[in-house]
Amino acid sequence: MKKKIITFTGILCILLATVLLLGFLQALLMPKYMSTSREGALIAEYYRDESSHDVLFIGDCEVYESFTPPTLWEEYGITSYIRGSAQQLPWQSYYLLEDTLRYETPKAVVFNVLALKYGEPQDEAYNRMTLDGMKWSMSKVNAIKASMTKDESFLSYVFPLLRFHSRWNDLTREDLTYLTHRDIISHNGYLMQTDIKGGKSDRIGKPLADYTLPSYSMEYLDKMRALCAEKGIELILIKAPTNDWKYYWYNEWDEQIADYAKEYGLSYYNFIPLCEEIGIDWQTDTYDVGVHLNVFGAEKLTSYFGKILAEKHGLADHREDNELSALWQEKLDAYYKERNSES
Amino acid sequence: MAFTSAWFLLFAALTLLVYYLVPKRVQWWVLLAASYGFYAYAGAHYLLFILFTTLVSYVIARIMQRRADAEDAFVESHRDTLEKSERKAYRAKEKKKRFSILLLGLFLTLGVLAVLKYTGFVLSGINSMVSAFGYQTFSVPSLLLPLGISFYTFQSVGYLIDVYRKKAKAEKNLAKFALFVSFFPQLIQGPISRFSDLGAQLYAPHAFDGQGFGAGLIRVVWGYFKKVVVADTAMIAVRTLVTENVTYNGVYVFLLILLYSAQIYGDFTGGIDITIGLSEMMGIRLAENFNCPFASRSTKEYWRRWHITMGSWFTDYIFYPLSVTPSMQKLSKWSRAKLGESVGKRIPVYTATIVTWFLTGLWHGAGMNFIVWGLLNCLVILVSQELQPLYNRFHKRFPGVAENRAWIFWQCARTFLLMGLIRSLDCYRDVPLTFRLWGSMLTAGNWGELFSGGLLSFGLSAGHWILLLSAIALICLVSTLGKDQPLRYRLAKRPLLLCLCACVLVILILIFGAYGTGFDASDFIYGQF
Repeated sequence: MKKKIITFTGILCILLATVLLLGFLQALLMPKYMSTSREGALIAEYYRDESSHDVLFIGDCEVYESFTPPTLWEEYGITSYIRGSAQQLPWQSYYLLEDTLRYETPKAVVFNVLALKYGEPQDEAYNRMTLDGMKWSMSKVNAIKASMTKDESFLSYVFPLLRFHSRWNDLTREDLTYLTHRDIISHNGYLMQTDIKGGKSDRIGKPLADYTLPSYSMEYLDKMRALCAEKGIELILIKAPTNDWKYYWYNEWDEQIADYAKEYGLSYYNFIPLCEEIGIDWQTDTYDVGVHLNVFGAEKLTSYFGKILAEKHGLADHREDNELSALWQEKLDAYYKERNSES
Repeated sequence: MAFTSAWFLLFAALTLLVYYLVPKRVQWWVLLAASYGFYAYAGAHYLLFILFTTLVSYVIARIMQRRADAEDAFVESHRDTLEKSERKAYRAKEKKKRFSILLLGLFLTLGVLAVLKYTGFVLSGINSMVSAFGYQTFSVPSLLLPLGISFYTFQSVGYLIDVYRKKAKAEKNLAKFALFVSFFPQLIQGPISRFSDLGAQLYAPHAFDGQGFGAGLIRVVWGYFKKVVVADTAMIAVRTLVTENVTYNGVYVFLLILLYSAQIYGDFTGGIDITIGLSEMMGIRLAENFNCPFASRSTKEYWRRWHITMGSWFTDYIFYPLSVTPSMQKLSKWSRAKLGESVGKRIPVYTATIVTWFLTGLWHGAGMNFIVWGLLNCLVILVSQELQPLYNRFHKRFPGVAENRAWIFWQCARTFLLMGLIRSLDCYRDVPLTFRLWGSMLTAGNWGELFSGGLLSFGLSAGHWILLLSAIALICLVSTLGKDQPLRYRLAKRPLLLCLCACVLVILILIFGAYGTGFDASDFIYGQF
């Protein structure tokens, strides 16, 4: 009997040690997104920010590259956070919104409509960057189910080791450095780009047989609208500016969004035709020949949109709030430190 | 449901749990339900084919058994009244009748396999002939090939022949027989079991035996290690070397031979380890299918060590019966008379050998490459048989050489490379191309490329090479340590050590396995046959 107890205890210890070792190996092998593909770190960073926000930006790269929350605070006293990631699909945006509302209830949610053109799961690598950073909740479970491409398995999201195990062959010093912690690399979800690479793109998107936006993505826009209505949040639709819009965006899509906004009494701002008014110079305000804004362009757009948020949507100025001011001063310091060191 | 999928692991775990929880007398029902569930998962329509083979084999075997029983009873009851010669004549007459019934069974069971597996191949062959004469070609239908059809058909055919030969008694219970045909661990890639070995074990009650369970478990984990770490890592390179064969000729063909040997060994023996290990966890011992094949000193020995159950199936059910058919006897007589004793006695043996290897090749796949593969194996065996007197003279002249380690190593290396060379027909799947690529090993003159980046140019990094070589070294070590008694039985007696080994292997598989996104992990190679 004693021998059996010893054996049983021994087996339990070995199994426990195996689980712990696997946990360690998983932490080691998961990509850290600290020096390359940094956008992969954005989603997880949100949970480290304990303050609440007036405005929540939701969407793909066009939001995390186009709006700078520190500028919005500095100029209008509006607190904001961006929950955006690369090629973030509408259903991911919906579930991220649902997830965010577990922690706070902003006054306005700003959703960038570009990704509504996608009617089905797209790319495994982008899925991982959006979903791995989410904390576990039913929102994450549903986001995974809605996002998986046909070769993906749910299990690999539960145990990311199953996905990233092959990195044993590509481990770098970064994997050891960030084994137990991550640096904050964004400014409330804004990923700063200080490079300047201006120019004009002549690319034009191919004509489509059908310009109707996919019903699957529009369904999630409906859900976002319903969720915001339920929580008393104003949903604002935007299309971020780009100088390459003829390649990525069609007037027919824009008309559908405008009609949708009109039908449900939502505000919709398409910034593409407003670039001149905003003051965007495509020679200096972009880091990738007009596809995305750099920090200089993003500041101009934020400044422009901040005015709209304050004047048309009644978002209050909190700069008199000492506690908030102190908190945001730290954020501004970090923001300018990076901006000045890199520009 | 691939063995390497999470669903299969869950399925196997649940089956084992239910298997040991239910009363022992209904354990076989659990296995039957699991087997049909496993099969239906691959496609419910496939059930029709396995059900057809099961029903046909069951009915035919029952008819043969009834006739055999009646025959025995008749002979027994007339033992005093009938002369020995009369009894013999009666038995011969009855055997002939049973043979006709057997033929019907073989026609129906093998017919399904032949139609589904070989129609496309035959029609394509006819098409290439008729098009050469300028006639219009047929359209070649693309028929579905049910999961494991080659294995369960051969198992059923073996059963029918055993019942015909009175080596096995026909199973009375249809459900029990259905389990014999469909037993899920061995359904995809064998081993090809005999009813006399497996039947009783499947239906017997099995109490939980910790040691047996542990030995089975570690073998399953070891099988996954071979498949996912060795075979699927080697496959990364094999796939590139095969698809880009214009670039990768010469020395790369030699590398392909080595890497494909590692892949197929890991793949097939790994799959069989999973099959046998899982069965052992249920208290069922399946026939071994491998016995250190790459340590063989001759081709003949290799085929006694590689895919043992298939080899013995062909020997017992094709080679021997063919050798004693009346037409073969006639051929033997004729050739001895016309060609002399020395040549004459070889003709029937060679004919049976060639037919057997032709069919072995065809069984592996409906393609000219498989037929050539079979015939080349046959050629090597026959040539080495012919050269045997020469070898004998050599060893008589130089006694002691046969047991010299260097000589043994040379024999093993020679056999390994020869078998690997022939096996490459399975990779390129195009006979003229394969022959050209074999030739390029001598003519391309690119052996130096290997050490100027060539080794890292086809998908394997330095890390992969180290991993692959280490894993192969581990397999060799385990084989060596388990020469007298398989290591797992020794481990099973020490549960803590067994648990530790299993956990280490699981970690190695999870980290170093070539699975998941970024890898296109293949199904088991023999699952296609």
